[in-house]
Amino acid sequence: MELANLYQSINLIIPEIVLSIALIVLVIADLIFHTNKKIIPFIAGTGILVTAIFVINQFNYIGFAFSTATHTARSFGMLAVDSFGVFFKLIVIVSSFIIVLLSLASDEIQKTTDRIGEYYALIYGMILGMFFMITATDLILIYLSLELLSLSSYVLAGFTKLRDRNSEASLKYLLYGAVSSGLMLFGISLVYGLTGSTNLYIINTLIQNPHINLFTLSFATILIFAGIGYKISSAPFHFWTPDVYEGAPITITAFLSVASKAAGFALLIRFVKTVFVSYETNEGFWSLIEVFDWQSILVVISILTMTLGNFSALWQNNLKRMLAYSSIAHAGYMLLGLVVLSNQGLIAILIYFMIYLLMNLGAFLVVMLIANKINSEEIDDYNGLGFTSPLLSVSLAIFLISLTGLPPTAGFIGKLYLFIALVDAKMIAVAIIALLNSVVSLYYYVRVLKHMYLVKATASTPSIIPSTSNAILLLVLVVPVLIFGVYFQPLVEFAKDCIVILGI
Amino acid sequence: MIGFPILSLITFLPVIGMIIILFLKKEQINNIKYLTLIITAFQVILSVVLLANYNYSAAGVYEEGSFQFIEKFRWIEITGISWLGTVKVDYFLGVDGLSMPMVLLTAIISFIATISSWNINYSAKGYFALFLLLDTGMMGVFVALDFFLFYIFWELMLLPMYFLIGIWGGPRKEYAAIKFFIYTLFGSIFILLVMIGLYFSATETLADGSKVFTFNLLQLMNPSNYNYDGILSPFNPNNLRLIAYIALFAGFAIKIPMFPFHTWLPDAHVEAPTPISVILAGVLLKMGTYGILRISYPIFPDITRDLMWWIAMFGMVNIIYGALVALAQKDFKKLIAYSSVSHMGYVLLGMASLTSVGINGAIFQMFNHGTITAMLFLIVGVIYDRSHTRGLNDFGGLASQMPVYTGFVTVAFFAAIGLPSMSGFISEALVFVGAFGVESIRVLTMLSTLGILLGAGYMLWTLQRIFFGPLNEKWASLTDLEFREYAMFIPLSIIIIFLGIYPSAMLDLMNTSVNTLVQFVNTGFNVSSLSGL
Repeated sequence: MELANLYQSINLIIPEIVLSIALIVLVIADLIFHTNKKIIPFIAGTGILVTAIFVINQFNYIGFAFSTATHTARSFGMLAVDSFGVFFKLIVIVSSFIIVLLSLASDEIQKTTDRIGEYYALIYGMILGMFFMITATDLILIYLSLELLSLSSYVLAGFTKLRDRNSEASLKYLLYGAVSSGLMLFGISLVYGLTGSTNLYIINTLIQNPHINLFTLSFATILIFAGIGYKISSAPFHFWTPDVYEGAPITITAFLSVASKAAGFALLIRFVKTVFVSYETNEGFWSLIEVFDWQSILVVISILTMTLGNFSALWQNNLKRMLAYSSIAHAGYMLLGLVVLSNQGLIAILIYFMIYLLMNLGAFLVVMLIANKINSEEIDDYNGLGFTSPLLSVSLAIFLISLTGLPPTAGFIGKLYLFIALVDAKMIAVAIIALLNSVVSLYYYVRVLKHMYLVKATASTPSIIPSTSNAILLLVLVVPVLIFGVYFQPLVEFAKDCIVILGI
Repeated sequence: MIGFPILSLITFLPVIGMIIILFLKKEQINNIKYLTLIITAFQVILSVVLLANYNYSAAGVYEEGSFQFIEKFRWIEITGISWLGTVKVDYFLGVDGLSMPMVLLTAIISFIATISSWNINYSAKGYFALFLLLDTGMMGVFVALDFFLFYIFWELMLLPMYFLIGIWGGPRKEYAAIKFFIYTLFGSIFILLVMIGLYFSATETLADGSKVFTFNLLQLMNPSNYNYDGILSPFNPNNLRLIAYIALFAGFAIKIPMFPFHTWLPDAHVEAPTPISVILAGVLLKMGTYGILRISYPIFPDITRDLMWWIAMFGMVNIIYGALVALAQKDFKKLIAYSSVSHMGYVLLGMASLTSVGINGAIFQMFNHGTITAMLFLIVGVIYDRSHTRGLNDFGGLASQMPVYTGFVTVAFFAAIGLPSMSGFISEALVFVGAFGVESIRVLTMLSTLGILLGAGYMLWTLQRIFFGPLNEKWASLTDLEFREYAMFIPLSIIIIFLGIYPSAMLDLMNTSVNTLVQFVNTGFNVSSLSGL
């Protein structure tokens, strides 16, 4: 590898470098200030903000990093820095910053102040893993980044050790994770055996060869999907989600449900687009290499995911667990954007993620603030809260209505664009199933409202008034959900600029 | 014309009121109530201003030029996606003869419902804030001329309605509220799908000559705007227009509510507090039939012609079934709820005739049903407030105890039966005259007349059971109407009797538009004549 190439490649991974430096600073600071750890969250937050600046700056640096330049005239690297990747990095970095703020407000996390340095260091580990996952175009790097993300999250899921459920969550997460990452590694080795390469672009060229062994390729791909499907908690790899989400500290649950899912989606979309798509039509549809009918498989997975998620959520009494199932359902909706295999669908996913970030983190924030006070996430304990804690209840109501996808909230716009993409691709039946699913989801979201508002407050109903800083954070999440519901132009404008996936 | 955006004002005034209420303290119950009263009264004044400036000869329906009080500007515009073109959504309001009666109705009923809400004191702040939000949603549906905007307003009503039934309702309020919510959401997903389908099937030519996909209802009514391969395009031999029509119709039918989608209505009515029942019966049910007239008919005239027999059939079933079930009721409110189902059947029947007389009758019936049923629910509310029971057999002889009340009840009941000199008579007569003139649905029309007989049956029987016969001693202490109740009953009675004697006041308002609509539906989207385009 030439020096110039290396230099240019390093330019392309500045955000990751900054993140690593911040991580080191964080660890050292943790050692220096071991008596007064109040400064640690601020270092963590600052590091994330600085990284964010470099991530935004990356919109100007598009290209492949660490290309080997040996195979073909055009060289493909191990990393592809493109607007699509930058978009997802932004999603990750914004949600990370909100998670840091959430952690500051969380009683659960504040009880473990002596280990707070490790907590943030592990979050940084997750961010780093996600960043590489989002940009990786090499199977080895994909696997490594996935493991980096997973290992950090296994520890974080059981971090507080306050309840038995913490350890249970951590262990379950580890076991499921180990199995799926093993499957994925097996799939990767099969693909390597088949094509002799780990680079997605080269694999793409090679599998267009009609003599390829279809069975092995399909089998290997399904195994790789298992690994990615586990990260985005799509059926049938979703079983860990409810237990882990319920058991993990709520900040980590929120982080997993947004950032980790975003990284998984970025990986899945990039994988499908770079490996299986031969060209893009003028109408923005992706033409698949005809080795296997991936589209039908994705349709089935998507419908299964949302249906299982929604129907299981109907029976939940714990709000955290219910939100876990709801996040499974949302993964199903978002898969719809991939199912249509078009730029229109990709835009829909990006729009959905921006909105999902706001409404899901918002919902978790409210649940956390309420749990801080009443020490419970059971829906029955929310009885009458609507009358004693108006700010929190109204915000939660708005987030839940947005998650259902009713106008005039932003959630409607997210769903609308997904359905537009489906109708555009003439997949009406799928659209109908998805819409029926959102009717089902209405029932369990509204159930929370029922407990908050339809049950009268009693003398024992606590009155929860969030601190000023938390109230501001809440408003920062609520107001856009309402504004984007009636004026969504900026979202779409931004999304349409972020659909460039570097390809052949 | 008027120099200010009057339709936006009449639509969003309640939201402004809601925001003010949110800043008031919850102890200031009287201020909140008076504010709501002032806002709804102002809405009535604005609607009268609209009426005074209304041009009776402008048709509307599908011509943008002849809509009145138009407000139109670009709301969302996304350019620069080569494979998709420009995406645009307009903020587009306007009224014509189809919507003008509904705007008047909404303003009047909201005002009356506010008066009727006066004795609500349990978290009054939330109640009136939600009430005003509901008001905006209703008004918006009737003035929106862009499908997207229409849909937003349509859905905007769901949440306030859920809470209004769910928090301030009766014993089974939770069940009724969620049933209403899920039913209507189920209906609106079909509307949403058809909306997206239409969006991809038709384009609008902008001023600069470029073609963009459109949600504009009026552009969707122009067959020459459709692509050749759109899934809902009449030119596409494999189009899904029939399925889309049925889906859209089902979405609206749930709101009407049309048999067999009516089961949410009795539950919602019985559990809802009186003012919300008034709004529900007075305005919300009209949205279904209004949606069919505003969207289904002119966008799918070809399918409408094919399916008119079925619409009439469902109208007939609604009339007979609603009346029969009403006969069997022992609960006063449930009886009125089912009579509502029956009376909305007349609207369907009149619409299905596709004649000018029939559709005039249908819209007039929508207005009359709004006022009459609102009054009926207020009547139930009055007696329930005093006696805390609604059982039809629990009363007897109230006429001597509450003579003035009985007088108003008689007016409302006879109007509901369709006695001449009451508004209900005119609209039902027009519906029957219109429908009878159409050969294919004549038998259905004749069967439907049974509904009048049954209607007279359950109404008169109710009158007899509650008001005549010996006075049940238990109720010897009931008092007659008070001032607030006069304020609700007198205006409604005046409207009912005035329109019974001088129906032209309302019919002239809609006649031009209805004629245009009838002509358009009977000739529009004729595929054989379109193929030359």
